[in-house]
Amino acid sequence: MSVATDQARVVDGVKAEQWTRIYRRMVMIREFEEQVNELYTRALMPGLAHLYIGEEAVAVGICEALRRTDYITSTHRGHGHCLAKGASPDRMFAELLGKEAGYCRGKGGSMHIADPATGNLGANAIVGGSAGIATGAALSSKRLGTGQVTVCFFGEGALGQGVLYEVMNLAALGKLPVIYVCENNLYNEYTHYSETTAGDMLARGAAFGVHAESVDGQDVRTVYGTAQRLVGRARKGEGPAFLVCNTYRYMGHHVGDINREYYRSKQEEQEWKAKRDPIKNFAEWMIAQKVADTAALEEMHKEVRAEMKAAVEFAIAAPYPKPEEAEQGVYA
Amino acid sequence: MPEVAVRELTFAQAVREALAEEMRRDPRVCIFGEDVAEAGTPFKVLSGLVEEFGRERVLDTPISEAGFTGMGVGAAMTGLRPVVDIMFGDFLTLTMDQLVNQAAKVHYMSGGNWKVPMVLRTTLGATRRSAAQHSQSLHAWLSHVPGLKVAMPSTPYDAKGLLKTAIRDDNPVVFFEDKMMYKLKGPVPEEDYTIPFGVAEVKREGQDITIVATSSMVQVALGAAEMLEKVGLSAEVIDPRTTWPLDEKTLAESAKKTSRAIVVDEGYGRYGVTGEIASVIAEGAFYSLDAPVKRMGAMHVPIPFSPPLEDMTVPTEQMVFEAARAMCGKG
Repeated sequence: MSVATDQARVVDGVKAEQWTRIYRRMVMIREFEEQVNELYTRALMPGLAHLYIGEEAVAVGICEALRRTDYITSTHRGHGHCLAKGASPDRMFAELLGKEAGYCRGKGGSMHIADPATGNLGANAIVGGSAGIATGAALSSKRLGTGQVTVCFFGEGALGQGVLYEVMNLAALGKLPVIYVCENNLYNEYTHYSETTAGDMLARGAAFGVHAESVDGQDVRTVYGTAQRLVGRARKGEGPAFLVCNTYRYMGHHVGDINREYYRSKQEEQEWKAKRDPIKNFAEWMIAQKVADTAALEEMHKEVRAEMKAAVEFAIAAPYPKPEEAEQGVYA
Repeated sequence: MPEVAVRELTFAQAVREALAEEMRRDPRVCIFGEDVAEAGTPFKVLSGLVEEFGRERVLDTPISEAGFTGMGVGAAMTGLRPVVDIMFGDFLTLTMDQLVNQAAKVHYMSGGNWKVPMVLRTTLGATRRSAAQHSQSLHAWLSHVPGLKVAMPSTPYDAKGLLKTAIRDDNPVVFFEDKMMYKLKGPVPEEDYTIPFGVAEVKREGQDITIVATSSMVQVALGAAEMLEKVGLSAEVIDPRTTWPLDEKTLAESAKKTSRAIVVDEGYGRYGVTGEIASVIAEGAFYSLDAPVKRMGAMHVPIPFSPPLEDMTVPTEQMVFEAARAMCGKG
C-alpha cells in the first residue's frame, strides 16, 4: 500500500499505520457493499441484501478494539461486522451467492455468515435473535477464564424485543463480559425509531445496572476509543455495557427498497451523506493530521475496489454445493 | 433390562444421578434454570446438586425462559455443555425462538462451523390438577424441527441412560420427563451406561397386537397389556424412547409380526407424534396389517382443571385395553 506518510508516527495515541488500517477496513466494507448492490441489480445475487453503507465506522471502530479470539454476534445487516472482525471478502461473496466455498458452505447466505476463526458466532436474521447467544458466550468466557469479550451487534429495532432485556438482566447479575452495541440507524425497517421506541434508550440498559452510553457512530475515532474503554472494563471483570452508536443507513432496508420517500426524505439522506459520512470525514482528519495524503487514500480506494472485484469474480466462478449437501450437516 | 440392575431408584433420582455423574465426569457440564440450586426445582429433582457442584455450575436464573435458553445456546457454542431446565413443558412456548431458530439451526446454517451441545430438560403430562398452562405435552412441536433431537424416557433406567447420552451429544437435545413419573421406582445400575438415541425398546413381547407408547403412556400400555393377557390377548409394547431420531424399523417390524398397532402418546392426537408413528407403521407394514393403525392421544382440548374432566383427557389403561380388544375382534 502506498501511503506517503511515516506510518510509525503516533497521532492521538495511535500509530498512523493503525489509523490507515482502520480507514482501509471502512473502505473495504463500503466497496464490498457497493459490489453487493451491483450483484443484486445485475440479478446475480439470490435472496435479500441489507447493506451496511453509512454505518462502517461502527463495526470497524468496535472490532478494532477486539482481539481475534473475542466473539461477536451480528445481524441481518451484518456484512460490515463480519469484515471488520476479519472475514475474507472472497469467501463472503461466495456465501452470498450460495457457493460451496462460502463461509457456511452456501447454506447460510447473506444473513448468516459465521466464522470461528475470527470469533464470529454468526449473523442472525431474527431481530435481537443473537442476544442470548452473545450472553451465553460471555458466560462461557467468564466460567472458563479465557478473558474473551463478546460484542452483540444489533440495530435499534431490536430494542423492541423482550429477550434483549432478559439477557441484559442476566449479564448484569453475572457481571458478564459482554457489550451490547446498538446501531441506531434511525429506521426499524421502514419506520422511524421514534414511532417504536418510548422513553430513553440508554435508561433501558441503565435500569439493569448495565453501564450505558452513546457515541457518534459516524466518527470512527470516537467509536474506537469508547470501545477500547468498554472492552477493557469487560475484560477486567467489571461487567456488561450497553453502547448506542448513532448512525445512518444510507440505503434502503434492503437493496430492493428504492422508493423511500414515504418514510424519509431524500434531503435527509443527502445531508447525512454530505456532512456525516464516516469515511470522508475520517479521510479529512487523516489528511489534516498528516497521517495520509489525498493521493495515497485515492490509491487505497482503487486497490480495495480491485480486491473486491477479484473477490466477486472468485465467487461467481466458484461451484455450487453438490445436491447431497442439502441433507448433510443437520446434526453435528 | 440387564440382569445386573438390582438397585431401585425413583425416576427423579435416576435423573439426578445422571446429572451428578456427568458433572463429575465433565467440568463443562452445568445446569441453569429457575430454582435449580437450593430449591432443586419444585419437583426436587435436582436436590443436592448445588451442594456438590456449587452455584457457578448449578445456576439459578431469573424467570426468563427465552433469555436463559438463549444463553444456553451461546454457552454451548463456546465451550460449556449446559443442561437448561424448563420447569414446565408449557413454558417451552417462551423458548421457541431460541430452540427452533437458534439452537436447531446453528450447525446446519453455519455450514458446520458451530455446534450446540445443549440439553433442555423439561416436563410433560397432565392429571396433576394444574390446569391448561401447566399440563401440556408439547414434544411433537420439537420433534418436527430438523436439528433437534427429542428424548422421552419412560423408566428410571431409561432416564439415566438417555440423559447421559443427551449430555454427551453434540447437538441440542430436548429431554421430556413426565411429572407424574418422578416417584416411579425401577432398577437403575450404579455404573455408568448410556442408551443410544433412535433405538426403540420392546418393553413387553407379544403376538397379537403392537402398542407403541411413549413416556407417560408406556406404563399405561403395560397395564393395558396385563389386562389383555387376562382375556387371552398377547400385546407387544414398544417404546421408541426418542421421537427423533425415530427407530422406524423396530416399529414396523413389530407391526408386521402382530398385524395390528395402536400408538399411544400424551400429546394431542391431531398433527402429533401418534400420527407420525402411525404413518411410519402404515408405510412400513402396510401389507401385513389387518386393521388401520389406531392413534390415541390427549383429548383435543386445553387441559381442564376440574379433576373428573381432566382425567378424561388422557388415555388410560382401560381405554387402551378396550381399543386393543376391539381391534383384535374380541370387543
